[in-house]
Amino acid sequence: MTRETTTPTEEEMSPDFIDGGSEDELLEIALGPHHPSTHGVFRMDVALDGERVVKLKPVFGYLHRNHEKIAETASYLSSMPYTDRLDYMCSLTNNWAYALAVEKLAGLQVPERAEYIRVITAELTRLQNHASTIGFLTQEMGASGTPLMYAFREREKILDLFESLTGSRMMCNYMRFGGCRVELPSGWLEQTKKVVDAFPRFLDEYERLLTGNEIFMARAQGVGLLRKELAINAGVTGPMLRASGVNYDIRKVDKYGIYDRFDFKIPLGEHGDVYDRYMIRMLEMRESLKILNQALRDIPSGPVMDVKAKIRGFRPPAGEAYGRIESPKGELGFYLISDGSPNPYRYRVRPPSLINLTVLEDMCRGYSVADTIVIFGTVDIVLGEVDR
Amino acid sequence: MLEKIKADIEAAVPGCVLEMIPNGSPSGQHSLLVSPACAVEVARFLRDSPDLHLNYCSNVSGVDWLDTEISEKVKVKKRADGVEQEVDEIRKRQSPGFLEAVYHLYSMEKKHGPVILRLRTENRTDKVHLPSLTPVWRSAEFQEREIFDLYGIIFDGHPDLRRILMWDEFEDHPMRKDYIEPDDYEYEPTAHDDVLVKAKLHNA
Repeated sequence: MTRETTTPTEEEMSPDFIDGGSEDELLEIALGPHHPSTHGVFRMDVALDGERVVKLKPVFGYLHRNHEKIAETASYLSSMPYTDRLDYMCSLTNNWAYALAVEKLAGLQVPERAEYIRVITAELTRLQNHASTIGFLTQEMGASGTPLMYAFREREKILDLFESLTGSRMMCNYMRFGGCRVELPSGWLEQTKKVVDAFPRFLDEYERLLTGNEIFMARAQGVGLLRKELAINAGVTGPMLRASGVNYDIRKVDKYGIYDRFDFKIPLGEHGDVYDRYMIRMLEMRESLKILNQALRDIPSGPVMDVKAKIRGFRPPAGEAYGRIESPKGELGFYLISDGSPNPYRYRVRPPSLINLTVLEDMCRGYSVADTIVIFGTVDIVLGEVDR
Repeated sequence: MLEKIKADIEAAVPGCVLEMIPNGSPSGQHSLLVSPACAVEVARFLRDSPDLHLNYCSNVSGVDWLDTEISEKVKVKKRADGVEQEVDEIRKRQSPGFLEAVYHLYSMEKKHGPVILRLRTENRTDKVHLPSLTPVWRSAEFQEREIFDLYGIIFDGHPDLRRILMWDEFEDHPMRKDYIEPDDYEYEPTAHDDVLVKAKLHNA
């Protein structure tokens, strides 16, 4: 299979290039907001020269509900369930990022067992997020359903674990400032161990289906290049950044929680194309499994909540704090300013999905519409977090 | 750490006014207040200096600080019954509000951070211009647009300063502390007379 007809040259990728015509002859179309490949309500205003993308302007705000303003009118704890709705695929990592920021702000300690539970739930979240992202990606390449359903089958097992732990499959609302909400139900760790042990079989099957697949390779290799320098300057984080070859994972850099106790590696890409972004996610799942096995082996007994933590009448001292974690999509941060009252004075979410979209135009310029959809799929966004 | 950065900036960008803003929280994340006139120069220095190499601007937030009334106790000499006495008097002073943009900087190579920069506007009404740091860190592009949209800070030198989350015809800045929600969310005035009357009363 050859791609010669659609791979753009250097010249065609430059911002001013229009093939033998003027700007008036460009065809402007709106991809979205109602389009199955936009993962929600997101619009790309695209200017096309034939089949090639010349300009691409993302348009946001269809799901905007001013989450930050609502959080300023509510107490610290009342915002916790609302963080589930940011990136609704990964509610547990959202909970953790918010809890971490508040713990920094108030100087709270987290018991050992709660730290282990946080790591286990966060890595399970990463597994199901990466698996379904790859599923959606292949769906957008035309592999209609099969890989996605394989991923969803595995995701369902993890969501069942979340349900038995928190009472909810997706809106978990599990972490608290200074620990976790409830103790693990009996048999939960054994059940989790079973899911973790079965997961590599799924990954092998998934890889056999995709990694060497000729159509997949033709659609993914050399498409949507993102240079290292641009990725850093544009604040791209998460698997996208590491696919461009930058060694930056907040689990290693900040060592928040207890991530310094686990032995795991950070996979890095070489080319920064769609294929690398796929491969990084595959490899990260295998590293997550390593962390999970270590955490499930070492988890101590004890309380899951700091006994001194105050649930009611919680008022952190005046000041500010920025807490961040490595969520499956990138750096998820919460910036909080307290004036000593029960509500935050300022509550800001640093959404990885929104900031990773900064480079969308640079990655898509010169490629065809069909490639744009695939490139967009590898950014891995959730609109609940982009629009907030 | 921050004192050293402050001294480095003062040496590299002469004439720049900097102020340390202490943080009372256990997080201990203190910040640097930079005067808007030299902000771009300071940002370039922080990004390119080989010691700091803060090449990653993670988070840009807007903050709205309202006008506040500060009451102070002042000792005043007063003549009462022919005798001079010192009397405590409470004086009230208006401290003008301002809008603030806060930048959290990290280094991807040296893996340190955050270094926190704050830029402040002169007031909340007509002097709300700040220099844009998007030419230095492109990650600020969407975040500064968001602050322009929700807080109304105008970033000079931003390549594409438009509303991002609210629609283009929207007029107010919803994240400001004194924002009043409309009673009727329809953009076009509608025929619901009772709604319009209620809105009029609300804004009166």
